[in-house]
Amino acid sequence: MQLSEYGFSKHYPRLVIVPRGVVAYKKKKGVVKSMSINGKAYIAGVYEHPTRKAVDKSLAQLHAESALGALADAGLTKDDVDGYFCAGDAPGLGPLSLVDYMGLNLKHMDATETGGSSYVLHVGHAAEAIAMGKCSVALITLAGRPRAEGMATGTAPRNYGSSAPDVAFEFPFGPTVVNMYAMCAQRHMYEYGTTSEQLAWIKVAASHHAQYNEHAMLRNVVTVDEVVNSPMISDPLHRLDCCVISDGGGAIIVTSPEVAKSLKRPLVKVLGAGEAPKHQMGGKIDLTYSGARWSGPLAFEEARVKPSDMKYASIYDSFTITVLMQLEDLGFCEKGEGGKFVSDGNLISGTGKLPFNTDGGGLCNNHPANRGGLTKVIEAVRQLRGEAHPKVQVPNCDLALAHGTGGSLGTRHGSATVIMERE
Amino acid sequence: MTEQKRVFPTPIADPDTEQFWSAAKDNKLMIGSCNSCGEKHYYPRGMCPHCGSSDVELVQSLGKGVIYSWSVLRRAEPPFAIAYVTLDEGPTMMTNIIDCDLDNLKIGQKVELKFSPTEEENGAPVPTFKPV
Repeated sequence: MQLSEYGFSKHYPRLVIVPRGVVAYKKKKGVVKSMSINGKAYIAGVYEHPTRKAVDKSLAQLHAESALGALADAGLTKDDVDGYFCAGDAPGLGPLSLVDYMGLNLKHMDATETGGSSYVLHVGHAAEAIAMGKCSVALITLAGRPRAEGMATGTAPRNYGSSAPDVAFEFPFGPTVVNMYAMCAQRHMYEYGTTSEQLAWIKVAASHHAQYNEHAMLRNVVTVDEVVNSPMISDPLHRLDCCVISDGGGAIIVTSPEVAKSLKRPLVKVLGAGEAPKHQMGGKIDLTYSGARWSGPLAFEEARVKPSDMKYASIYDSFTITVLMQLEDLGFCEKGEGGKFVSDGNLISGTGKLPFNTDGGGLCNNHPANRGGLTKVIEAVRQLRGEAHPKVQVPNCDLALAHGTGGSLGTRHGSATVIMERE
Repeated sequence: MTEQKRVFPTPIADPDTEQFWSAAKDNKLMIGSCNSCGEKHYYPRGMCPHCGSSDVELVQSLGKGVIYSWSVLRRAEPPFAIAYVTLDEGPTMMTNIIDCDLDNLKIGQKVELKFSPTEEENGAPVPTFKPV
């Protein structure tokens, strides 16, 4: 797989591409040396908050409960935490309010905000910090209560503030989450002949998995007909092409190999991570692909594996089209073949070739804070530990991927990919 | 379903975009043009996003183009058509399709510029498009 096939040279002409490289520098005679996070960090704890409607809890409380849950899962306490990662859902000034609330004493902190992909990206950043010796126990948290707050998540125009340079040129035209993603679907259908029925298979697969998840918001198994006959929200996306709106949260603990091996939990090693933004290219807009075409190859290169090696994949599923485009861009199938790839139950555990989102994902389980990245990592870790629901557990699941998109699919978003291995 | 008039929020100009919105008041759609690499860009800004030069200027678009993609937000009151339109000059821009049958929009359809007024008195109008 050549990175140039993914347009790297076109969009990032000055970037030095280094196999398995995260930190790269050029020596005088052009010899490129690289450092890698492969094997330098482990995911030791995960926790998914069970709430789906948190009227009686504050945002900070949800973050803290999630943090304590992940620490308990790992067998650690808050005093062991020396690195903290959070994103835009954290209340207050960057990480500071939550650090104050939880009483954390840190050597490292990072509040990189790339929307729903932030927490997948944070796993990579935490592994980098650990590899560099900046911290040894990193905590990542997410929480939100859009449901309790009655937020019109998908259908109200989002305004990132008048100082955001794109806002004046876009906000008057009513860009919402759903119509922005819908335009990607519309163009994908036009260029590749993708159908609503093919997109519906993604929801069908998610619903097959969600029936076994007692916490999932939507547990009924649905059919392709039910999806395509559900009300049209924004052409061509129907109600059942959209994820749920839920409260909740989650947390991840990433540790050094030494800490992970001292704990009594299965060892989940971080093999590789990749991140990339995608933007509007000054008006050369192409809605048919995502930043996964860059973040994916970076992660696979570092992990020294390929898409066909993956036993399981957590793929961000804000909408059905999100999954389809990311699967293509990550290399699970050729560009334009996503519709065929997802059809006929190919994403259903036990039936298909690529089991995905076995917790029901954002489409059926939950989508805390309108951000699905963190829960993607959690279910991948459950699969690698053999702790997914027995009805959806992938046998001998030793290699898994988690991928997130944050922002607007097709135009401005952050993509992040993490590949993990059961040791 | 026929498109119904909706109220457009008035865009807020900043020092970077004042000239663009002032031209809009004269019903002129301006796009960014780079004197260094010759590429056009949208939205207009103080540097060329293609080559990085700050030697950029505004040039007028003829306001003709085709629909690159569209979606009708059926849940909105009233429903409306958001779209990306590719201008004959090259750049693709976000807009709304107005004066149209919301059930009969197509990718590749030819459209032309028609500015729509915005809610504030004396506020700049926004560049919308209607089918040719």
